[in-house]
Amino acid sequence: MPAPQNAATDAILAQLGQVLLGKPQALRLALACLLGRGHLLIEDQPGVGKTTLAHALAVTLGLDFQRVQFTSDLLPADLIGVTIFDTAQQGFRFHPGPLFTQVLLADEINRSTPKTQSALLEAMEERQVSVDGKTHPLPEPFFVIATQNPSQQIGTFPLPESQLDRFLMRLSLGLPDAAAERELLAGRDRREILAGLPACISSAELQALQAQAATVHVSERILDYVQALLAKTRSLPEIAQGLSPRAGLGLLAAARAWALIAGRDHVRPEDVQAILPAVAGHRLNAADTRQGGEMLARRLIESVAVS
Amino acid sequence: MAESRPSPPLPREAGFFLLATAALGLAPFVPYLPWSLSLLAALLLLWRGVLVWRDAPPPARFTLLLAAALGIVLTVASYHTIFGKQAGLSLLSMLLPLKLLEARTRRDGRAALLLCCFLLTGQFLNAQSMAVAAFVLLCATAIVATSAKLEQPGQAPRGALRTALRLLGGAVPLMLLLFVLFPRINGPLWGMPLDAYAGSTGLSDSMRPGSISELIQSGEIAFRVEFEGTPPAPAQRYWRGPVLSEFDGQEWKVRESMLRRAPTYTVAGPAYRYSLTLEPHNRGWLLALDYPDSGAADALYGDDLVLLARRPVRNRVRYNLTSFPETPVGLQERENVLKAALRLPPASNPRTSALGAGLQAGNAEPAARVEAALRFMREARLAYTLSPPLLGQHPADEFLFDTKRGFCEHFAGSFVVLMRAAGVPARVVTGYQGGEFNPVDGTLVVRQSDAHAWAEVWLAGRGWQRVDPTAASFPRRIDEGIARALPEGEAMPIMLRQNFEFLRSLRYRWEAISNGWNQWVLGYNAQRQLDLMRSLGLPDADWRQLAGLLAACASAWLLWLGLRLWPRHARLDALDRCWRRLCRKLARQGVRHQPWEAPGDFARRAAAALPQHADTIIAIAEHYATLRYGPGVEKPATQLAALRAAVQQFRP
Repeated sequence: MPAPQNAATDAILAQLGQVLLGKPQALRLALACLLGRGHLLIEDQPGVGKTTLAHALAVTLGLDFQRVQFTSDLLPADLIGVTIFDTAQQGFRFHPGPLFTQVLLADEINRSTPKTQSALLEAMEERQVSVDGKTHPLPEPFFVIATQNPSQQIGTFPLPESQLDRFLMRLSLGLPDAAAERELLAGRDRREILAGLPACISSAELQALQAQAATVHVSERILDYVQALLAKTRSLPEIAQGLSPRAGLGLLAAARAWALIAGRDHVRPEDVQAILPAVAGHRLNAADTRQGGEMLARRLIESVAVS
Repeated sequence: MAESRPSPPLPREAGFFLLATAALGLAPFVPYLPWSLSLLAALLLLWRGVLVWRDAPPPARFTLLLAAALGIVLTVASYHTIFGKQAGLSLLSMLLPLKLLEARTRRDGRAALLLCCFLLTGQFLNAQSMAVAAFVLLCATAIVATSAKLEQPGQAPRGALRTALRLLGGAVPLMLLLFVLFPRINGPLWGMPLDAYAGSTGLSDSMRPGSISELIQSGEIAFRVEFEGTPPAPAQRYWRGPVLSEFDGQEWKVRESMLRRAPTYTVAGPAYRYSLTLEPHNRGWLLALDYPDSGAADALYGDDLVLLARRPVRNRVRYNLTSFPETPVGLQERENVLKAALRLPPASNPRTSALGAGLQAGNAEPAARVEAALRFMREARLAYTLSPPLLGQHPADEFLFDTKRGFCEHFAGSFVVLMRAAGVPARVVTGYQGGEFNPVDGTLVVRQSDAHAWAEVWLAGRGWQRVDPTAASFPRRIDEGIARALPEGEAMPIMLRQNFEFLRSLRYRWEAISNGWNQWVLGYNAQRQLDLMRSLGLPDADWRQLAGLLAACASAWLLWLGLRLWPRHARLDALDRCWRRLCRKLARQGVRHQPWEAPGDFARRAAAALPQHADTIIAIAEHYATLRYGPGVEKPATQLAALRAAVQQFRP
């Protein structure tokens, strides 16, 4: 029996794979995050292709793209936009900032002040911004890819747990393997490739996919399993703070999107297990700080029986 | 060791739960406790409430000891003992608030709840009505809910209540089984202390003007009767109680009489069979329709025609009787009985005595003297009233000639005085007259308000004859009840009034239900149990059979409960069994399924390990996962059968 496929998502993944070499799992997760209407946090060192991934996603899915480099002097208005007096029209006019886009790459989000961070995170949660008492809805779909560099924390404002919770997934791209790196070095300039990429689907089609992902069937057994996982995070001694119900909802949304990408109309335990490290990793606080979230997630999976 | 680990502290919310449960459990004792003890208990509870509210520590041990000493002193002051039912219950009612007051830990909370349970059973020492049973159930629910709250402090109150209801619901069948099937023992297992019977109402062994009109103010039920066949007419329903022959000028008293195992008379005439359920009245007489046949169980026949129990009636008793109202009695009455029935104190009631002497002079026949006396009373225009004026030294004289207002005891007493003065042996009989059929269950209900006094005269050749001077003057009293006989506008006990039809019908219903409760719950004794078993097809169930049946039914119920409560994931369905089977087959090939492994991942691993079966394994796993997690398929039975066949045929 051939494994079921999803033609639309397979085409997207294939095209993304041409740009970002040797990272099929990360690409799949990033797509699942987008289809699950969540935001993505990429934690990695510079130069592994974070920007390339964000850009490639936007182009392939036919979405607008904006990139903002976060610095300590970036103000909320720089992001959201400003209201300026327009002499021609004799009135105040709102000039939207870079936030008003479909894919926003917030580079090195931990370099900006908490004020700016929270302005962004609020917009992510509400999918709208209020300026001078007027509410401006953000475009649909709205997808934030934020990056942060974990190794150089001097002079940064690390995101607190409550803010981390706003991101559906946290990924690490990691260094490419030797073959992929070789291909990268030998191949064309990425920017050049990006410029020539066609859009695989339209923005409307993407929204339809997102809607389809939300309807993927979740059986009682899967709910039992997810509940057992959540309960386990609250009782495992290695975990200082367990997962919230919001994290549980995130698990289901991501698992649904993952199942859709796999071409299925229902969620299976392997879907939950596949997305669990990315969804739960940044939300699990290890009692012993040397243990990473992903390791904890693996440990969690192996301590809960599949129902 | 349990002691080495201190019990966790009592959570605040559970503290309030405990307080409410204790208050609920103590409330029914308030009417039975002296007010000082009730007040002390209430103050202690209030104190505890304040402490819980403020999260303050319990008071010092010395203070608690003082409070306990005060409770004991108050108990001794009220009852002069700390033993017995009332004193014991009041001590317990004191202990519960004290225990609460010193409670710090969860363990203390449990102890307080146990005390609550103890008090719960104590409620039945005071009363066993249906309302008490319902209240006890309510308290039990509160206790279990508090216990749930105590063990799981995080639980919402509603959740605790739901737990309690589920636990008690599971216990109800067990309770019913134990009630119906537990072997009953004839007679009580233990006795109640004597102070338990104080305050029962009923007839007494003496009568003075006013004693019966006091009694009829009470609407309490004296006894209930179920007739087999047609009941006697209202005018025939004279229920005989104590017979009063001794008169000291003021008060009528019972004369000692001989007690026999069988009646001295020979029954004759029409018979009425009935069973009578007598409420406890703490005296010996068993009320009966005149004149009961021999064979009443465990009863003695007095020679004043009264039926007596061997012991005071302290529990509700039920007995079957056959009565023959037209039996001639006392044809050969003993001389000393007749002499006593003629005795009058000297110089009392001179006017009545003179009237009696006149009757004797004017009529040679004693029967004619009786007629003449009744005629006199009718013509004297005596008034029948519930509130007669107080009488002085010569009650018969004053009633017959001056006040002319009285109740049945005045009529009967004066009539007997008149008869004795006229030389006719006569005596007063007290008891109940009439009764009311409850239309709901068809039993005749006789209340204290049906209490009555009439007279008996002895005529040579005819024996003792019943004469009811009240009836002679006011026939409606007997035919239609007190309410009709009393003049308009007379103040009456509310339930006797005619215009409260709605209340009366409500009361009929309530009394029919509580009669069922009395007969089938409180009166469920060895005999009833035997009857029930017989109707269930166990003709002679002894205690071994009953115990066996009880054990079998109880274990069936517990087994069912156990199956219901079995952890849900442990229940395997057919799909799971298929999958387990595949896993077992693969395990024999060295590919062991980890419990946390998803079916797809496991299948891929197994396929890699057994490449020759890769396709089959993947296909079966895919099929299983689709059925297991998919959104419902067409023809699930066929699909399942196909999967089962595939697993069956799979031979790695």
